[in-house]
Amino acid sequence: MSPLYRREMLFRALALGAVSSLPACNYEDPDHPDLADRFLRMMSSWNDRVQQALFNPHTLAPSYRPDQITLPPRFNAYYDISQVTVVDPAAYRLQLGGQIQDKAPWTLPALNALPQQQQITRLICVEGWRVIGQWGGVPLGDFLRRVGADTTCRYVSFRCADGYYSSIDMASALHPQTILALSFLGAPLTPPFGAPVRLRIPTKLGFKNPKSLVQLAVTNVYPGGYWEDQGYNWFSGS
Amino acid sequence: MGNSHPPDRVIHPWPLRLTHWVNAVVIAVMIGSGWQIYDASPLFGFTFPPLVTVGGWLGAAIAWHLACMWILVANGTIYFIWSLASGHFKKLFPIRPSEVWNDLRGALTFRLHHDLGVYNAVQKLLYVGVLVAGVMVVLSGLSIWKPVQLWFVCDLLGGYSVARYVHFFAMSAIAGFIAIHLLLVVMVPKVLPPMITGGRAEP
Repeated sequence: MSPLYRREMLFRALALGAVSSLPACNYEDPDHPDLADRFLRMMSSWNDRVQQALFNPHTLAPSYRPDQITLPPRFNAYYDISQVTVVDPAAYRLQLGGQIQDKAPWTLPALNALPQQQQITRLICVEGWRVIGQWGGVPLGDFLRRVGADTTCRYVSFRCADGYYSSIDMASALHPQTILALSFLGAPLTPPFGAPVRLRIPTKLGFKNPKSLVQLAVTNVYPGGYWEDQGYNWFSGS
Repeated sequence: MGNSHPPDRVIHPWPLRLTHWVNAVVIAVMIGSGWQIYDASPLFGFTFPPLVTVGGWLGAAIAWHLACMWILVANGTIYFIWSLASGHFKKLFPIRPSEVWNDLRGALTFRLHHDLGVYNAVQKLLYVGVLVAGVMVVLSGLSIWKPVQLWFVCDLLGGYSVARYVHFFAMSAIAGFIAIHLLLVVMVPKVLPPMITGGRAEP
């Protein structure tokens, strides 16, 4: 045992000994949860229930003035901007699935022809930073009613062109500020920011705003999500 | 009545000891996981080394933080209710500036006598200060967790971005308190056993 190693072990023992050994319990192996993982999952589902109770469908996320918009906009994903998936807008179809009566796929012009809503809202990242942006698009609640979705179902799930996926609760899906965004900063969405269609939901954290949607489904079966399955809290409301 | 000996008086009653040690463990997890979360988007030009953070990555750190916050608040609430009901808070007041100055000088020159279970003026100030920091860390934490649904708390703290700084500085105050607290225990080790066993007040 080298002196340096011994000293480090001593520091561990002194400083936060009991605590420093916790990183072993960090959702590393979702298939084999240890005691700490089970505790964290139990508390995370408790937090889901608290947030559902706390969610007020009439409470709006704050709106901002045009001069408060964050420029240049901040790209964020679990990969580099050079890896962004580019979707051909002409060939684009939004597939519908689950408890929806009219499952005919939607083209981009058809979505653009629906009544639109503009919003200047704040996007808060799970990392802590926040940006303000302007999004425009179709209110998701209007869209779900138009296609005959069963809005008594618990979840709306999303699949993305890049393999990302996420899901939200029905109450948040029907919130007036939750939109299928088609524009960003007054122009059609660009690939780094989720072209051609993304979810914009200012009552949830940034990672619950999936980009480049290719499928939307309504279901009672818990759909999880890319980050959620790794341990991020599912509801993640603001 | 006819008893010539006053009954043995416990220095630290069991509710105080219990909430103290629950708080000790939970605050360590909260600060360690909070530092890991801080590292994902630092407010200042430094990050906390992995050696002193909890969770190993952002997702696990948030999970620890949002799990243990319930224990922290529940434990803190029990402490506040018990302290109010039992009169424990009366031991923290009044705090007179002249006494603080005297006791601080005494402490810094190692001439301050410590009676078990009796708080000197510097201790009173530190304990009241850390309780205030505890309330601030919870309010700012709620503002960061729920800036939309708990907008009235968030607005009170000056908004989401300000609340992040308030949260950081309240944590710093608590961490500073813990550092002084541990240093004093090392300097006056006889204060430790009563916090475990309860102890008996000196006659």
